[in-house]
Amino acid sequence: MSLALDQAAWTAAKVVFAIFGFGLGIAGFLGWVERKQSAVMQDRIGANRASIFGFRALGLFHPIADAIKMLTKEDFVPRGADKTLHALAPMISLGAGLFCLAALPFGGTVTALGRAWDLQPIASPVGVPLVLAVLALGAHGIVMAGYASGSGYGLLGALRGAAQMVAYEVCLAASLAGVLFLYGTLDLQEAVLWQVRHGLWGIFVQPLAFLLFLTAGAAATKRAPFDLPEGESEIVGYHVEYSGMKFGMFLMTDFVESIVICGLVTALFLGGWSVPGLNLPGMGALGGLLMAASFSVKVLLLLFLLMQIRWTLPRFRFDQLLDLGWKNLLPLSLLNFLATIWGIYLWR
Amino acid sequence: MENGTHATERSQKTYMLNMGPAHPAMHGVVRLILELEGERVASADCEIGYLHRAFEKHAEAETWNNVVPWTDRLNYVSPLINNVGYALAVEKLGGIVVPERGQHIRTIACEISRVTDHLTCVGASAMELGAFTVFLYMIKAREYLYQLIDQLTGARITTAFTRVGGVKADLPADFAAGFRGAAAKVREAVSESDQLLTKNRIFMDRMEGTGVCSKERALAYGITGPFLRASGVPYDVRRAHPHLVYDRLDFDIPVGRAGDNYDRYLCRMAEIEQSLRLVEQCLEKIPAGPHSLDPKEMKDAYEIQDLGKFGDTALLRKYAARVDQTLEGMGPAAAAATRAGDRAVTLPTKEQTYTNIEGLMNHFELVMWSWGIKIPAGETYSAVEGGNGELGFHAVSAGGDGPYRLRCRPPCLFIMAALPELLRGALIADIVPTFGSVNMIAGELDR
Repeated sequence: MSLALDQAAWTAAKVVFAIFGFGLGIAGFLGWVERKQSAVMQDRIGANRASIFGFRALGLFHPIADAIKMLTKEDFVPRGADKTLHALAPMISLGAGLFCLAALPFGGTVTALGRAWDLQPIASPVGVPLVLAVLALGAHGIVMAGYASGSGYGLLGALRGAAQMVAYEVCLAASLAGVLFLYGTLDLQEAVLWQVRHGLWGIFVQPLAFLLFLTAGAAATKRAPFDLPEGESEIVGYHVEYSGMKFGMFLMTDFVESIVICGLVTALFLGGWSVPGLNLPGMGALGGLLMAASFSVKVLLLLFLLMQIRWTLPRFRFDQLLDLGWKNLLPLSLLNFLATIWGIYLWR
Repeated sequence: MENGTHATERSQKTYMLNMGPAHPAMHGVVRLILELEGERVASADCEIGYLHRAFEKHAEAETWNNVVPWTDRLNYVSPLINNVGYALAVEKLGGIVVPERGQHIRTIACEISRVTDHLTCVGASAMELGAFTVFLYMIKAREYLYQLIDQLTGARITTAFTRVGGVKADLPADFAAGFRGAAAKVREAVSESDQLLTKNRIFMDRMEGTGVCSKERALAYGITGPFLRASGVPYDVRRAHPHLVYDRLDFDIPVGRAGDNYDRYLCRMAEIEQSLRLVEQCLEKIPAGPHSLDPKEMKDAYEIQDLGKFGDTALLRKYAARVDQTLEGMGPAAAAATRAGDRAVTLPTKEQTYTNIEGLMNHFELVMWSWGIKIPAGETYSAVEGGNGELGFHAVSAGGDGPYRLRCRPPCLFIMAALPELLRGALIADIVPTFGSVNMIAGELDR
């Protein structure tokens, strides 16, 4: 087999793994975690009824049962809706989220079987802006969904989604400016390697940026307490007129987008795939596995943290949310950026 | 938002949004018709009546005691207060005084219900703001109280606990111990929720300064209960018009200042503690003795005379005549002065009913149409402090078996009347905490 074809097959395999194995796998798992974690926090048992041949496995089959339910439900489109946009919207949202997964650095480069294997599915020298840009595309799906539903509530959700996206994508990028300046690269893999080289995680160099990015990230991905576009007790949300798998795709988008944000945080602030004290790139195939495992564990821990926040805090009001974004997070991000540049200037 | 825009321009900028009757924040069923400018509410109108069950009309077709189960369905979060409120109105009309123990049991029932009401209201408001966990903590605490209510009445919601002249049953044997355990758990849940919410920046931002109702407006609308007290008026029916044993108990009336959602939340949280204190005092002071009137077959002499005049001779044999010891006779005027608390209105005990013929007959007569309790003709208004405010019953008797007319004053109707004013100029998101603090219970609102 020619080398080029070999490379293409390897890349395809990595992308498929990133999207279906890592992305959808964890997204399904998160559905279970969300139920169980909230149940533990709230002194409940949580979902535990789905079973296969009598095995309940702590309710682990519920995501599967959910998927079957959503696939077999009636796909309802309201009379006043724009059918094309209505169908397209969830695909755009989910597609954008899934694409971002493929750009995450699941691991570095390891040598095995006589050749080098780069574990990052889509390596790009502009990885960070690429992910942020595509992630922002997901908001188009929300606006489309709300607009195409022909429902007042949907439209309100769409407007909220659009305003929130604009407010927080700016913070998202601004909070990263400092840390990227420090790493001197826009490549996610290079950022991880910088942390490996210096033996220092980004969270210790830029703790404020970490907090700002995590907050803005939770807001940009509409996780509670920032879940205003779908504020279920107020406006029900942009997906009020969705049912069946289209609704399931929106649900999954939420999970996938949180995974992407947590993946970015892991890569930029938590040392990515590295494990302190272990030289993973030099350990061959085992190193590659450990890299992916280390990356996944860090992402999962962050996701648990986000869920913990979600089940604890009440929801913001719309104007308060925008105030927080524009008047607090953005100035802080910019100050952090300026301080970083000043620090680097003095240090050099 | 720019003010003072021309009316025609404004009508083009607004759009109508229906909130409810099926909407997650509209607990029960009620419909808000909103006119929106973006996310701002230009005007709101509420449409009620989706849960109208003709309670008042229905009561006219029932005997005095048979209305009690229908009162369960008024405020279904604190049904015991409705039971007690209705029974007190009928007893006031009939000049019936319940024994001390019965009054204490009723007070205990009322206060436990008030706690469940406030827990539900605060918890549901928190849930609608996104703090789902607090809701479940509160509902868990409520569950312990529901178990107590279950032990006491045999039901969790459809309690039907009071009878004219008393209550259905005495306290269960281990009630006091059970309450101490439940109260400890409620206090724990309340303090946990307090830590999660009261100083929570997001929660405060959502609650403070939203849904503000001034003292004057609240009084003008006839609002009562925690809603009014949060606006700074210390009006509590328990203190202003003492009924049961409230005048002998020590409790504070928490009063707010700003009249916003946050003050209402704080008021309700404080009242939970006061209600628990009240139950504790009652359990301490509760005397021994009968919980209901003795089922004596006794009537005032003039009533028996009157019955005879109307040819109602069948009843004459059933009642012993009680004559006035002053030898002045027992006219209606004297009766009012010496009206005693031992009319024959309650059913005999089951032992009596099942083992001797007098008990059996007495039981049947009391439950048979036109043979049961007859309340003297007249009308009265009697109020208790419900979960949401003054819960009043205006009962009219024509001397018959059941109410000639029964009017219920539901506390949340008046708050709902004020709701459009509270919502005007607010954001859509403010509807949720404001509506939550109204604690609208469709059962009592629509009756």
